Amino acid sequence: MIKVEEKLFQNRYRVDAGRPHVNIKQPDVCAHECKTQQCTVCCPAGCYTLEGNGRVVLIADGCLECGTCRIICDEHRNVDWEYPRGGYGILFKFG
Amino acid sequence: MSEKFDAIVVGAGPSGNAAAYTLAKAGLNVLQLERGESAGSKNVQGAILYADALERMIPDFRDSAPLERHIIEQRMWVMDDDSFVGTHYRSEGFNKEPFNRYTIIRAQFDKWFSGKVQEAGALVVCETTVTSLLRDDKNRVVGVQVDREGGTIYADVVILADGVNSLLAKKADFHPELEPKNVALAVKEIHFMPQEILQERFNIGEEEGVVIELFGKITNGMMGTGFLYTNKESIAIGVGCMLSDFKDQKTTPYALLEQLKEHPSIKPLLAGGEMKEYTAHLIPEGGYKAIPKIVGDGWMIVGDSGMFVNAVHREGSNLAMTTGRLAAETVIEMKEAGKDMTAANLAEYRKKLDDSFVMKDLKKYQEMPEIFHHNRQFFTTYPELVNRSAHSMLHVDGVDKKTKEREIFSSFKHKRSLFGLMGDAYKLWRAFR
Repeated sequence: MIKVEEKLFQNRYRVDAGRPHVNIKQPDVCAHECKTQQCTVCCPAGCYTLEGNGRVVLIADGCLECGTCRIICDEHRNVDWEYPRGGYGILFKFG
Repeated sequence: MSEKFDAIVVGAGPSGNAAAYTLAKAGLNVLQLERGESAGSKNVQGAILYADALERMIPDFRDSAPLERHIIEQRMWVMDDDSFVGTHYRSEGFNKEPFNRYTIIRAQFDKWFSGKVQEAGALVVCETTVTSLLRDDKNRVVGVQVDREGGTIYADVVILADGVNSLLAKKADFHPELEPKNVALAVKEIHFMPQEILQERFNIGEEEGVVIELFGKITNGMMGTGFLYTNKESIAIGVGCMLSDFKDQKTTPYALLEQLKEHPSIKPLLAGGEMKEYTAHLIPEGGYKAIPKIVGDGWMIVGDSGMFVNAVHREGSNLAMTTGRLAAETVIEMKEAGKDMTAANLAEYRKKLDDSFVMKDLKKYQEMPEIFHHNRQFFTTYPELVNRSAHSMLHVDGVDKKTKEREIFSSFKHKRSLFGLMGDAYKLWRAFR
């Protein structure tokens, strides 16, 4: 099992504490209506995890701001995705 | 801020910098807004810089730009699980100045380019996210709203260089949300190692670089490619696949990257390196048919937000810079002629693009995305067959070569059928011609 956290540990972030720029609109839709929950597979930063009770939990601190989760959620459009406030979020050292 | 500018450029990547530079150089009053702490801190690329697009704006860029290595050798590897069949093209011709292609590190390069934009006279403001476009009662774009107090800023024209996600254009209903089949997700790592080891490993001199394009089983049957680029004292390694494919399977992007790094042909090239950053980025690969509307009343779209990527040739930043420059030249012409920045007048930008390599190349390959979406054998069956054929011919075991040839031919027929083989050849010919 590859730990994405070890990769993200190398990155530089300025986290906007308490103001995540990505949010799940209706958690119930993920838990009950979405059959694939592909955000838990496709997010390159592993921000989405599937809990034992079938719910999807999002912790956006390691977000690489790619936009994958928003685009693949094309059936339910259940991701609210904005850019972080200016200066916050991932700060690429090399890019 | 309630000042009015001639133009506002949103974003400080290659397209935004090209636009802002060209506008400022012509004496226009330009504001460029960037959400990162500095230009480049939100930007990701492989990264190869094609000199031509930049040279047209800054002929002497080589004197000051942070360039890693010029490319003297291009390798293309078709990969099976534990082997590859490849072609290498290396030429002393690539060692003659002026060099044509360089590896770059985007965070450094974009910062340099931004410096040039500022020298040219543009006002560059970082750490500022544009949240929406301002419209007047006739729905014309007249400025932007930023995430700072009292942050309404006006301009005659707003150039959207805000990258692949282009939330602004979506919120303004200029184009709909991207479709998973038109976007690739690429993940990349950068591995540092001493310069001497890197040069020895790739058989190159101090300034020389190698590019390896990777194709085949490494994408687990998904439509995609991998790459390995040599920087001065680091290696960039990455893999990308279409989002529509990622959506239909169970491998995470980082597991795919890890699998590539473990490939017996790749692993020794990275040995001893220290991984210092892990990045991810979307690449708009829908091609010509997916290009949205790119001009309107008071607005223009340049770079990735307009789908300007030639996925077949792995070109993007040069298209970005060219679209940025041509958009800016259109604005300058209108300004000089005293014309308004209406959709009708700005349509000249589209005309300029049609006459340039940007649209010509995208048009040439317009069928390519569809063909690869529907013919997965190009990513699985063929790489496997080619590798196994090479293995069979090169493995000396007492079986005569004629028999081996027959076996290889029948394995191709068995996997794809004669009709399938001919059909595939035709499809590729049609897509590339």
